[in-house]
Parts: sequence; C-alpha cells; structure tokens
Amino acid sequence: MSDSVNSRGAISIRNLTKIYDPDGVNVMAVDNCSLEIAAGEVCMIVGPSGCGKTTLLNGIAGFHSVTEGEIYLDDELLCGPSKPKAEQGADRMVVFQHGALFPWKTLAENVAYGPMVQGVLKKNEALEKAGHMLAEAGLGDVGHKYPGEVSSGMARRAEIVRALINDPKVLLLDEPYRAMDSLTKSIMHEALLEVYDRTKVTIFFITHDLEEAIFLGDRVAIMTTRPATIKKIVDVKIPRPRSYETLSSEEFRKLVDETKEAVHEEAIKAFEAGERELA
Amino acid sequence: MSETNLTPARIERPTGLAMTMHNWKTALKTQTPYLMTFGIALWLGAYYLFVEGWELPRFNKLPGPVEVITEWLNPDPDWGMSLFTPEYYDHVVVSCRRILISFGIATGVGVPLGLFMGWSKIFRDYTFPILETLRPIPILAWVPLAILMFSGFETPVIFLATLASLFVTTLNTLLGVDSIDDDYFRAAKSLGSKKHHIFFHIVVPGALPFIFTGLQISVGVAWFSLVAAEMVSGEFGLGYLIVDSYMNITYVTMVIGMLTLGFTGWASSVIVRMVGNRMMQWRLRALALEGR
Repeated sequence: MSDSVNSRGAISIRNLTKIYDPDGVNVMAVDNCSLEIAAGEVCMIVGPSGCGKTTLLNGIAGFHSVTEGEIYLDDELLCGPSKPKAEQGADRMVVFQHGALFPWKTLAENVAYGPMVQGVLKKNEALEKAGHMLAEAGLGDVGHKYPGEVSSGMARRAEIVRALINDPKVLLLDEPYRAMDSLTKSIMHEALLEVYDRTKVTIFFITHDLEEAIFLGDRVAIMTTRPATIKKIVDVKIPRPRSYETLSSEEFRKLVDETKEAVHEEAIKAFEAGERELA
Repeated sequence: MSETNLTPARIERPTGLAMTMHNWKTALKTQTPYLMTFGIALWLGAYYLFVEGWELPRFNKLPGPVEVITEWLNPDPDWGMSLFTPEYYDHVVVSCRRILISFGIATGVGVPLGLFMGWSKIFRDYTFPILETLRPIPILAWVPLAILMFSGFETPVIFLATLASLFVTTLNTLLGVDSIDDDYFRAAKSLGSKKHHIFFHIVVPGALPFIFTGLQISVGVAWFSLVAAEMVSGEFGLGYLIVDSYMNITYVTMVIGMLTLGFTGWASSVIVRMVGNRMMQWRLRALALEGR
C-alpha cells in the first residue's frame, strides 16, 4: 500500500445496509457495514458462504441497489439515499465468478469490445491494441480463438485483460479462481500479481481461499455471517513483489492462522443459523 | 513477454472439394453411415415382409416397397407419376417454392419479433398474450379464415404455412433471449455499451443457438402445415398430389408423394442446420472440443 503510485480508485463504503425484498421475505444481507479501501490497495474480502460479500460488489458495480448508506469512489458518490443504484461504468470493471467473456466473440474481439463501444477507438485500432495487450499477458497466440476453445485459466486472464484495456480505477473480482485446480490457481495468482505490480489498480477481491487472500492482499477484510458487517481486518505486511517463496514463510503461516480462526467462528455461526445462501 | 507472435502460423483448414472429400473420408471411418444404412434396410425389410412377403392382414392393402420403388423409377409409369415425368417435378417445385416463401416470411418476421419481445419488457407485455392465445390454434382451424381472407389458391396456402412456422420461430427466439446469462448483460453494460450495442452484440448472437433450433423445427412445421393447406386448397404441390392420388385410388403415387415429402423436408432442415453451423462457428468449435 505504501509503495502505491496510484492516486485514484479509493473506495469508501459508509454504513451500508442492504435488505433484499424489504416488503416480502425481508432478508438483511449487509448491516451497517463500513470499509475504506485506499487507492491502489488490494483488498481481499473473505467470509462464510452467502454472507453478503457479493452484495458489496453488486453495490459498487451498480448491479443492485443499496438500502441505506453510501459508497464513494474517489470522493464521488456512487450510490446513496439519493440514488440507490450506482451507474455501471468502465471505471469499475468486474471479473465474474463464472466468467463472462462473450462466447460468440474471439478473445481479441472481447478485449477490443470496451474501447470500441465507448467510441474511444475504431474497431481495427481497438483490435490492434487488444492484440498487444493479450500478447503482454502471454495470450498472443490465442487472440483469434473463441473462449470455448481455450482453458478456463486463459479465459480468465483474457477477461482481466478485457477489464484492463479500459484503464479502470477499480478491478472487482468475485471468486474468479474458485473452480480451478491449485496448480492453475498459482499461475493465475502470479499473473494477477504481475498485472497489479504493473498497473497498481485498486483491487476488490472476494474469495473463500484464505491462503489466496493473504498471498495477494494488502489487507484482508473478514466479514461476519449474515447480516454481514466487517468483523476484523488483517493487515498483510509482506513486502511486494511477492513470489511463491512467500507461501512458506513463517509470517505468512501466522497470518493465515489468524484469519482462519476468525473465519471459522463465523462459519460455525452461519452453519448453525442454517440460512439459505444469498448471492 | 513477446510481442512477435501476434499473427501465429495457423494450420490451414482444407476448403472446397478437398474439405468435402476429407469430411466424407472421416465420416466413413465412424459407425454412423453403416448404422444409418442398416436402420433403413431394417425398416425397408420389415415393410417388404409385412406387405409383400407375408401379406399380413391390414398390411396387404398397402402398396409395397418393391411396387413403389419400381413405379418411382419407371420411365413409363403405370399410374402416371415417377422420377421421369415432368409433373412430378412440378409438384415438388411448387411445394418447395411455397416453403421458401412462407419460411422466409416467418423467419423475417418471427426472428425480429422474438428478439424485440425478449429485449423489451414493455413490448413483450403487449404482445405475449396474443402470441400465446393464437399459438395453440391448429392450422386446420385457420383454413376457413384463410380462404375467406385471401383470394386465389396460392395466398391462403402460403398464409397457413407461414402462420404455423411464425409462432415456432417467435417463441424460440424469445426463449433464446431469455436464455442469455445476466452476467453478459452486466459485463456489456459495464464495458460501456449503449442500448443498440447490447442488442446487436449480446441479444442477437446470444439468442442464435435457440433461434436455429427453432428454425429447424419451424421448417418442419412449415412443411406439414403446407401439406394440410394444399390438401384443402391448391391445385399443385405434394400435399395436393397425396390427396389427389387418394381420391383417384392410385395408392402407389400417394406413397411416392409421401416419401418425396419426407426427403425434401429432411433436406430442408439439413440446409437450415448447415447455415446455423456456419453462423455459429464459436459454438461449433467449443462443442467439437467437448467431443460432440
């Protein structure tokens, strides 16, 4: 965080409450939750399944409205009482849990899509830039392929490239590596760290994997079971750039244990409550 | 990382005749063509035995396969209709032309209609009840109205064939739009799409797989409603041929008409499938990698 060169992309979540279906079932997903994420920080969000992590992401991205409280991006109001649903925009790019590359477009066309529809670049300029950015991410050979033709790891990397080409202030990732085996995951982590070290973009990253959280994050925000709020924030003071040797350091293990304890408590509470998971 | 490999050398796919030959060769290595041949042989054999071999009761009144095929290939047919008589082709051409027109209209109207219904909630609320009320009405029930509304032989027939396939196409297109994952819309919007971008880049390509499934069904529906229509009104066409042969007690010609209809219908849905595959390379390639 301290070596951040980025001065944009600070997210401020203030007293956020989200109630799903206030007139009906009335489920409180998030209760009076506040979180400050500095510009250029990698903030990892962990917590029991269905506790409301994605609800925070939906609020920031503008997919859902919020019931109370406000979210600011660089002191600019995204959503609050006056406009419950944030406008979607290319300054906050989402990488989806199940991947959302358009299957009918090649990887290069997917990456070129943003600048093209925003009118920033003409189609062939956008495709050219997409080709360069894909090559930079080690995907130069597969730009002409459709998402269905490449591995999930490649697809996910291309999806991150599709986000980055828009020069976003914030990357919002919702358990992007959930379904991957640990080997692919480690490659994905290195690729993401490489991207981060290069761009210093603010990263809001939801995960279940505590080791992933400590390895990637500057801070790990542990959420309580529903209705969610921040239970504890763990500062990760492991210097960057990080590599796989970090994983065996004592400091790393200690932080994982500390996080595990806090998450475990909440997981038990969630299990005992036995509520249906929300998105 | 390297920037030199922007245009990688690709293995060139064979095209034209070489491709066709290659496809045939590959196909002959699978069991499909042999099983298909065997299936047809089995069916023909049973048909022959029941009707002409054993002359089983109930079956012995039907024209048998040997009789039908002999007549079909007869340059001088006993009942006046075979592969060698121009009238045979008149009937086929007339029916094909009617299918082309009605399927064309049904697709041209049904696909955009379904896309708009799927895309715009308001438009859908207006139109969905109408579609759902009209859709279950069997095409034969429309015949009197068609004759009242349109003059001549041709227009009512085309109207009837169009109507049936229009409903199928519209509904499938609509379901196709519904089937598109919400995340694609969210991603597209986050990436800065305006409404028209979402329509042309997400709604249309996303609905294509359903649209083509619908078109394959709808071309079949067009065929059988066409025949129903030709049976009632018309002076040419395969449906007319079938009914006319029945009236004239030329059952052999009737079966020739039925089989011709079957083959033509099959060919038409193969064409629709081929066009679909051409337009959805992305899907074809993904399915191929899954071994399908």
